[in-house]
Amino acid sequence: MRWQPSATLEALRARAAMIQRIRTFFDVRNVLEVEVPCLDIFPNTDPNMATIEVTCGGVTQYLQTSPEYAMKRLLARDGVDIYSIAKAFRDDDLGPRHNPEFTMLEWYRVGMDWQALMHEVAALCHVCAEGLQSLSPPQFDSYGALFERHLGLDPHKASLMALRHACDRFTDLGSLELSRVECLDLLFSYGIEPTLGATGLQFVYDYPACMSALAVVEKNASNIAVTRRFELFFRGIELANGYQELTDSEEQARRFASDEDQRRMLNKSAYRGDPRLISALQHGVPGCAGVALGVDRLLMTLLNENSLSAVQAFPQSRDQ
Amino acid sequence: MANYSTNEFKPGLKVLLDGEPCSILENEYVKPGKGQAFNRVRLRNLNTGRTWDRTFRSGESLEGADVMDIDMEYLYTDGEFYYFMEPATFEQHQADVKAVGDTVKWLKEQDVCVVTLFNGAPLSVTPPNFVELEIVETDPGVRGDTATGGTKPARLTTGAVVRVPLFIDQGEVIRCDTRSGEYVSRVKQS
Repeated sequence: MRWQPSATLEALRARAAMIQRIRTFFDVRNVLEVEVPCLDIFPNTDPNMATIEVTCGGVTQYLQTSPEYAMKRLLARDGVDIYSIAKAFRDDDLGPRHNPEFTMLEWYRVGMDWQALMHEVAALCHVCAEGLQSLSPPQFDSYGALFERHLGLDPHKASLMALRHACDRFTDLGSLELSRVECLDLLFSYGIEPTLGATGLQFVYDYPACMSALAVVEKNASNIAVTRRFELFFRGIELANGYQELTDSEEQARRFASDEDQRRMLNKSAYRGDPRLISALQHGVPGCAGVALGVDRLLMTLLNENSLSAVQAFPQSRDQ
Repeated sequence: MANYSTNEFKPGLKVLLDGEPCSILENEYVKPGKGQAFNRVRLRNLNTGRTWDRTFRSGESLEGADVMDIDMEYLYTDGEFYYFMEPATFEQHQADVKAVGDTVKWLKEQDVCVVTLFNGAPLSVTPPNFVELEIVETDPGVRGDTATGGTKPARLTTGAVVRVPLFIDQGEVIRCDTRSGEYVSRVKQS
């Protein structure tokens, strides 16, 4: 068995330097660094999130897939800007872009809206890129515009039949009966994502209302209900996901219940939503925008590498 | 047979897809930031040789296919079937024309081939990488011409036609690479 680290010393130095730059970036903006548990008694309820369960103290606990619930509890009490750089855990298939543990940078800006936050994400990436590569100015496209441009489809209005038909252009689905959201995910993943961020940072915003997770849903200028959520892509890889954060406790409770139902339908463990988050939202979380950014992926793309193993000292391998 | 989940799909794994035995060539995992993960899988249908590009929801599973590759000695043909024998057990298997396919042009008695069995019956036959066969028909050899690099067609005992150097004569035995279908060298008869 191989004992040596997979990342070069040079890459590890670049990693350490980037994390210092991130800390400086937030320090000068008066954003407080916080640490929240990686191990907790409540998991994220997202139906597509693969949470790692462990036994601790004789009970099932969960390695956190992101620090969002705990950070929102901090926001509820203190209402100050915060960021966290910590390991997050997801039981996704191993691959060049996926490792079960990875470093996530997550931050929340009180009183800032999602559009201003997109620009702050771009500013941070440009600071991280200094000396590694020169990035052209970021591009911003709505989810709907990208579907129109690449697939000639309106993702908000196209019928399920039309979406399924479009999927057939990319792959054989056999007897797979995809739902509307699944069709959109597949079309985005196969037909759009690989082209995103070819020359620089590319932000995608206004996701369909059915992909809201913890974000606010609102009518856009065309009177279509969209999720106030954005994702950042660079060289065909998703680097970050941000929200205008949902602060309505009742809506949050409804989404927890809906997640639980969906997980049951998918024969997955039906996770109960964290009641402490609901209580915190009832107490009151200030209006804020938040974003999570994959530190390993950012470094990987900035170093022009194609695999996380180039930037993580000891990634898991399929061959273990 | 066991079932295999998408995260166990590795190149070379044999699975049943729509009742057809397939060998997995590639498995690409695609995960949107929030949303359903998919596996885009490229497979070869071992029955038809056709390549499939099929998408699965991550976590779905397929039944394994009872496909085995076994070294067997080619015995003879009765015109309809081709007979192979497992050297260890002397068990004989009959392969039909479809299973033998293009391999027929390299089949020499007593050569060891790889016979792929699906549910115990021959599905395909892979010849040895190199075979030695006699030339039954070619233009007369040009003595001494070993340098010009010209070639001519030569028909072998099995019916295969390969390009050989000009100095090679009818009745000689040559070594061929069955993967490229090319002449490799002359074989000295002892």
